[in-house]
Amino acid sequence: MSRTAIAYLGLFVLAIAAPFVVYPIFLMKCLCFALFACAFNLLIGYTGLLSFGHAAFFGMAGYTAGYAIKGWGLPPELAVIAGTLVAAALGYVVGWLAIRRQGIYFAMITLALAQMVYFFCVQVPFTGAEDGLQNVPRGRLFGVIDLKNDFNMYYLVLANFILGYALIHRIIHSPFGQVLKSIRENEPRALSLGYEVDKFKLLAFVLSAGLSGLAGATKTLALGLASLTDVHWHQSGEVVLMTLLGGLGTVFGPVVGAFTITALQNYLAGLGSWVSVIMGGIFVICVLIFRRGVVGEIQALLKRGTSGGTLPGTPGPK
Amino acid sequence: MTEIFGISVQALMGQLIIGLVNGSFYAILSLGLAVIFGMLNIINFAHGALYMMGAFLAWMLLNYAGIGYWPSLLIAPIAVGLFGIVIERSMLKWLYQLDHLYGLLLTFGLALILEGIFRNQYGVSGLPYEMPAAFSGAFNLGFMFLPKYRAWVVVASLLVCLGTWFVIERTKLGAYLRAGTENPKLVQAFGVNVPLMVTLTYGFGVALAGLAGVLAAPVYQVHPLMGSNIIIIVFAVVVIGGMGSILGSIVTGLALGLIEGLTKVFYPEASATVVFIIMAIILLVRPAGLFGREK
Repeated sequence: MSRTAIAYLGLFVLAIAAPFVVYPIFLMKCLCFALFACAFNLLIGYTGLLSFGHAAFFGMAGYTAGYAIKGWGLPPELAVIAGTLVAAALGYVVGWLAIRRQGIYFAMITLALAQMVYFFCVQVPFTGAEDGLQNVPRGRLFGVIDLKNDFNMYYLVLANFILGYALIHRIIHSPFGQVLKSIRENEPRALSLGYEVDKFKLLAFVLSAGLSGLAGATKTLALGLASLTDVHWHQSGEVVLMTLLGGLGTVFGPVVGAFTITALQNYLAGLGSWVSVIMGGIFVICVLIFRRGVVGEIQALLKRGTSGGTLPGTPGPK
Repeated sequence: MTEIFGISVQALMGQLIIGLVNGSFYAILSLGLAVIFGMLNIINFAHGALYMMGAFLAWMLLNYAGIGYWPSLLIAPIAVGLFGIVIERSMLKWLYQLDHLYGLLLTFGLALILEGIFRNQYGVSGLPYEMPAAFSGAFNLGFMFLPKYRAWVVVASLLVCLGTWFVIERTKLGAYLRAGTENPKLVQAFGVNVPLMVTLTYGFGVALAGLAGVLAAPVYQVHPLMGSNIIIIVFAVVVIGGMGSILGSIVTGLALGLIEGLTKVFYPEASATVVFIIMAIILLVRPAGLFGREK
């Protein structure tokens, strides 16, 4: 067995055992954000597109799942699927508009469109405006497994996370993923080689949005809550931070980043507004001296001496 | 009372003036963003936070030092500009060789820090800033009352914007600046101190944001979140106008303010989103923006 396989197996055992030691709700939150960050990384790390509006997909999926349960009485599995589909559809529209511009403009457009989604959520009745959707019942999975039990719920969240993670892993290592990377490295060249760059970008965007939706819908189910915080641009910034801290363009980095940031927020919650200052500080430090992120730095350390390709985030030749 | 489409002229004109005031702020802020982007290739996410800082500096000068509106109009932008210069020298200058996105991420972090500090100090309920005595009251134009201060904001913003346009397009300094935007290496070879120019450009751009903040203080409440509320709209304005032309930024800013004001009268539900809807439409018909150049 390769070292990676052993590492994954170890993590899997750890994840199975974790809820017996750590508060399960906290773990579920971490896993949902980890999936969210991995989905986001598919864009920034592997396609080179910085979306500053991913909260829109995360949050809208949460609202959809919450309303599907509370308003329509759908079972949890269908509610999560509905949330994922709505996020993917929204991702199609936003991506279709945003890929018309590149680089910095792409970031600004996604941010602006996500802000539009935010205002939409403030105004329409089904989101419950300032109150959000509260006390969303978890129900029974497939009508059999009682999700009110935190352990059952945790293993569902874990299964969702592994599913999403495996899918992202597969996407990255597929020929499709290779084309995405070539777009990241040199878009004009990919275009000149005959790839329909826009189609690849759009598909990557929809996949990323859909998986963010899966994370958002699962979060609503696990915590029983969908609120405006989830669609706010702070949330978009947070997922950028998680990915940056863990390591842009590393498969496992976003998971590390998500756990770190969520834990930080948990322990610093008593500090109020200072949390935002600390998050900003981490941002600044990451950009200035720690651009590879935690996992990226570890990889670079392991690779030192051998040739080691350029990682995203290191200054490449201009 | 005269009416148009069932809406009184007075209400309509009132909203138009508010729209024009908002538009003036969009214009100054997007102008600053465009100037900075031209020279540094960085989108300054902290622009909104520095605008907020300008407003707070004016408030602090008044409440802690008893310094009134007029001196603040000069002191606060200079202070914000100096602060910007420190940021550029200590952080931004390390990023010029990297992907432009890192500049966005760094300034986003700075915005979070500034916003968090002010929120911690002053809470989230806005602080009122008293209008300078010379501007209390309104002009009676016959068909409507025009509040003096709002008229002043529009006039002052236009003067600042046009002054900036004049300096950049019609003076020698502006010529260096434009040349530096096109080809910094060549300009440096001619003996122009380009790094200094870059630093001063950033300082000037954020000073504009600080000035907008002081102008805004008496109109809106001085509020820690006032910057982040406006900056996303300004981003949309920048996408709509394109950053290629200075006059373009000014016109786009004012026009979108007016459209927002009109929307508030005729279809208030959409007033928060109308700028973003226009952005989406522009992206469909003219992706490079109204005044933008396709790269």
